[in-house]
Amino acid sequence: MGKSAITNTIRKMRFLNGEMTQQQLAEQVGVTRQTIVAIENDKYSPTLELAFRIAKVFNTTVEELFTYHPELDKHKK
Amino acid sequence: MSYQEKKNIMSLISTVLIFSGYCLYMFQDFSPKEATLEENLHFWGSFILILIPVSIVVKIVIHIFFVILYRITTQEEEPDFMDELDKLIELRSMRNSHFVFIIGFVLAMVPLVTEIPVYYTFITLIGAGFLAELVSISTQLYFYRKGI
Repeated sequence: MGKSAITNTIRKMRFLNGEMTQQQLAEQVGVTRQTIVAIENDKYSPTLELAFRIAKVFNTTVEELFTYHPELDKHKK
Repeated sequence: MSYQEKKNIMSLISTVLIFSGYCLYMFQDFSPKEATLEENLHFWGSFILILIPVSIVVKIVIHIFFVILYRITTQEEEPDFMDELDKLIELRSMRNSHFVFIIGFVLAMVPLVTEIPVYYTFITLIGAGFLAELVSISTQLYFYRKGI
């Protein structure tokens, strides 16, 4: 599996928010800890709904949290 | 390794063990080649009808032991709900397992229209069900490891 076209700064944001644990973040956004692990490792791109929920927890925007790399997107036209 | 990966590995092992153990038990004193058509139909009917509840009960028991062991070894509670990633992976695994079973189902029709003995229909059907289960678990394991 190649590099993901969407990267994120969730790990950094957790650190900046008092070293919030993955479990705490998972509970606040309503997913399992494993899903947070998968998102942080760029193994899973969350739905828009979940992305907004994570952004809300960190009091930031989805754009601040997630970056799209079109050059890595296999489906680009 | 995440809870889901461990759970899938455990499911894979238990599915293989339950199925092979059950087959060994059932074929101890039954040979489809030597039995009549009526005996064959009765045997395969009971084979499937008994296999389903037996595998469900054994899997529940193994799952309970697995959860207890997981809590003891990791000091962590297992997720008690399915989130969007779990549902997406489950959908993909169901798609793959249904695909395998449908191929097996179609192949199982071949003995009914050819000279191949009818018991091959049941062997193919049961084999396809077993293979579909393995594909389902393997697909889940693959996506939990590699990501979506």
